[in-house]
Amino acid sequence: MRFDVLVEVQLRSGIADPEGATIERALPALGFTGVHSLRVGRAIRFEVDAEDEPSAGEIADQLASRLLANPVIEDAIVHVSNGNGYGYGKGGARGAAETQ
Amino acid sequence: MTTRVAVVVFPGTNCEHDVVRAIEGLGGQAELLWHASTSIRGFDAVVLPGGFAHGDYLRPGALARFSPIMDSVGRFAAAGGPVVGVCNGFQVLAEAGMLPGALQKNNGLRFICAPAELEVCSDRSALTSGVEVGRKLVIPINHFEGSYTCDPATLAELQSEDRVLLRYRDNPNGSIDDIAGIANREGNVIGLMPHPERASDDMVGSSDGNVLLAAFLGFASRRAARTDQDLVVLEMPARSSTGTDTPTARQAL
Repeated sequence: MRFDVLVEVQLRSGIADPEGATIERALPALGFTGVHSLRVGRAIRFEVDAEDEPSAGEIADQLASRLLANPVIEDAIVHVSNGNGYGYGKGGARGAAETQ
Repeated sequence: MTTRVAVVVFPGTNCEHDVVRAIEGLGGQAELLWHASTSIRGFDAVVLPGGFAHGDYLRPGALARFSPIMDSVGRFAAAGGPVVGVCNGFQVLAEAGMLPGALQKNNGLRFICAPAELEVCSDRSALTSGVEVGRKLVIPINHFEGSYTCDPATLAELQSEDRVLLRYRDNPNGSIDDIAGIANREGNVIGLMPHPERASDDMVGSSDGNVLLAAFLGFASRRAARTDQDLVVLEMPARSSTGTDTPTARQAL
């Protein structure tokens, strides 16, 4: 079966995020007040062939920890779904059944 | 014998010719080595030069770490061979786990291209061997992701084991403990953000980089001489029993 995967990579808490801090500082000038704790990360979407959802998750976990995130400074959150899709035009992550 | 240095070229590397020129200016012999090669046989030292290996996609060094040549570089380093990563090369070595820590975006999110004043903090490495501790060097930096970071335990280890080789005198990028260059525990694998090859002639503003590169060549040459001797000793019984000529150690390698 083919599963949709979304990997969110973000800087670990405690690691300085100058990009997030810069965006947050710009917000008041745009009229956004009361927005806090802004952190910048990246989202990586792909499909993976696997027997079932747990094994798809295992493959995605390994890929995330070996390549997609640098464990020294980053954490990865892996979402796997069966057919709901995290990609474009496939329904999006909202409402999809997610496992973490 | 001339010291032979492999200068590894990944797709996107752009400082390789500067490194070759600097090494040759110091009497060494440097050859470009494409990242798809699987052997560094016959070389006495390896340089991973600066640039944007594999476009710096994902993270600087994240994909270069999986280039075929990196297995050989790892084995060469494990056998004590001197390896230095400059700038992007430092990022590759950190991603490959050959050096601890990581390089983050500079504080202030600025790409910095400027001369940096450095202080030599340890002579216990292939790059600083014989260089006076406390010596000041002016060597350019040229990076966006050069802010060195690591966890407190790693930092304590680097400090207590005398593995912080170079510190910025006026920290330009937010590196923890002003770190500009570090070594592995054995001192033969080194990463630094400043570009010694860009300070190899007074004509370009500074020749201080030659201090480090000359030390590196000297270390590589002394190690090569020792390795040759070891091999000759190992081969002597075979020579006496068979009476055949022993190939030179270099050929045997």
